Amino acid sequence: MERLIPLPIVLPLLAAALASLFGRWKALQRAIGVTTLTITSAISVLLLIRVDRDGPLVMQAGEWRAPIGITLVVDRLSGIMLTIGSLMLLAVLVYAIGQPGAERNHVGFQPVYMILAAGVAGSFLTGDLFNLFVSFEMMLTASYVLLTLGGRREQVRSGMTYVVISLLASTLFITALALLYSATGTVNLADLAGRIGELPLGLRQAFAVLLVVVFGVKAALFPLFSWLPDSYPAAPGPVTAVFAGLLTKVGVYALIRTQTLLFPEGARPETLLLIAAGLTMAFGILGAIAQDDVKRILSFNIVSHIGYMVLGLALFSVGGLAAAIFYAVHHILAMTTLFLVGGLIEHVGGSSRMRELGNMVRSAPVVATLFLIPALGLAGIPPLSGFVPKLGLIQAGLATHRCLTVTIVAVSLVVSLLTLFSVIKIWVGVFWSPAVELPSGPVRTVGVLGGPPLMVLPTAALFVLGLAVAVGAGPMYRLCERAATDLLHPHAYLSAVLG
Amino acid sequence: MSIVLAGAAAALFSIGTYLVLQRKLSRIIIGLALLSHGANVLLMTSGRGGIAPLIGSGDISDFSDPLPQALALTTIVITFGVTALLLAMAYRSWLLTNDDEVDDDVVDRDVLRGGWHDKEVSDELAPDELAPDELAPDKADPAG
Repeated sequence: MERLIPLPIVLPLLAAALASLFGRWKALQRAIGVTTLTITSAISVLLLIRVDRDGPLVMQAGEWRAPIGITLVVDRLSGIMLTIGSLMLLAVLVYAIGQPGAERNHVGFQPVYMILAAGVAGSFLTGDLFNLFVSFEMMLTASYVLLTLGGRREQVRSGMTYVVISLLASTLFITALALLYSATGTVNLADLAGRIGELPLGLRQAFAVLLVVVFGVKAALFPLFSWLPDSYPAAPGPVTAVFAGLLTKVGVYALIRTQTLLFPEGARPETLLLIAAGLTMAFGILGAIAQDDVKRILSFNIVSHIGYMVLGLALFSVGGLAAAIFYAVHHILAMTTLFLVGGLIEHVGGSSRMRELGNMVRSAPVVATLFLIPALGLAGIPPLSGFVPKLGLIQAGLATHRCLTVTIVAVSLVVSLLTLFSVIKIWVGVFWSPAVELPSGPVRTVGVLGGPPLMVLPTAALFVLGLAVAVGAGPMYRLCERAATDLLHPHAYLSAVLG
Repeated sequence: MSIVLAGAAAALFSIGTYLVLQRKLSRIIIGLALLSHGANVLLMTSGRGGIAPLIGSGDISDFSDPLPQALALTTIVITFGVTALLLAMAYRSWLLTNDDEVDDDVVDRDVLRGGWHDKEVSDELAPDELAPDELAPDKADPAG
């Protein structure tokens, strides 16, 4: 079973090499991509089942024992994230194949997409901080290329902001790594967990805050989020869906992993995280309300909802972390579905601007359904998938009996209401308002589905997966609770890695 | 020795930060390169100095720490790749706009003005609307 662990990283990399060899044969390239991601999804499901039963699985590369060698670890949290990430990457790849646009016009799409998949899997699986940096870079470099693949003016302009800010964050990451290594003499996460305890309190707190800033940029935490709504909407539809669903959540995963594993109680920046969470929620949603473009409203919604996950982390309790993990799963599914629907809206209406769209509930009823349910789920309407983690967050927040926590919980409730407002704004603007006469818009003939089957079916698959999470919320929540318990009591993780 | 390296890292970080805050892309890119050099120098100071760590060549307590050097080498390669990509993008931006400045976010500016009259961002352009050098070799077969 341990031998399966590196496959989610290695297989996409091999597929990337193969796909670049067969650039001239599109069908073969697509077959390679879809097959690889199907296999990776199957492997991650297997790993998750096994890890949930028997505890963390560890692979020491080349039999070099930790902390010397390269360690790959799967525990419940990384298993959950890997599974949901792989399934979503697969669905979006099928969508990209179906969409006339990004993927069809460029030979480089498939290989770069595979490298992105490898980077995401690497970030979830790695057991040391330096390989986390390498995986992040792999994922980010692939995302730079995907974002600017068309080479159009808006893409280059917004891509530039994105690359520069990500590169700055990476430099800060290396700096943090260098300081951590000189203080402790190791970069292995499990080993660091022990050695960081020997440092003076002030130094530990400084490291905790430094890592919050590094991963806060990737996760789009307030006040480090301004690059996100600027750059994401410029990318092709399916690419934005991957970015929206996955990349920020990888940042959140790294935050959760490092803050819970490395820093014992007392050195955790709880108050900082709480305030950042509250401000992220509030500023994100206020930004969303001001926009007119469907993709930009959704992009600001990503920022806003990162706040909920960070709120769960900042509570540092089983309830809070379980809710944060559940929220991440829900958010990956809902946000990706919504961005894919955004692509469908663009396909049907020829625009993503609400003033140029309208009456789509009649012209594309399937698209309208695919939009409405995840959108309501995003706002946390029961019994959809957003409701359970929000309830969990509120309960965990109120259980702390701290004035600040209760205030942030109140903010989160108001933000939920405003989320509902922002998605209803899209609903009214795109689906309900009367149709707009376009001066010279492309007239598209759409069938019953409202788009090519290969675009609608993956969206519907993610939609159904989101509903499945809502229906199976009980077992899912218990799984998240077990994952959260692992995070707060990492004995199993430590003994599995260090032996 | 480590005082000199620490001074060098500090100087690189400060000059890099100053350059990154400029509005010209070329300066930002040079600034980023300097910042990453600063981080690499810092990484080099984080290990112990000494003789080359070859087993059998001397006492283990005299060896230098090889790990930070390996880490620095990896980060150099990564930043090299990303800087090359960034330069290519800057060149592309210069080709498209004939300018080296970083624009404001167009839509943000319009939200501020209360109107949305800028060019629309759509990813479903026909192949011939893309720049010719970005096209796949098999553009004759759009069905793929």
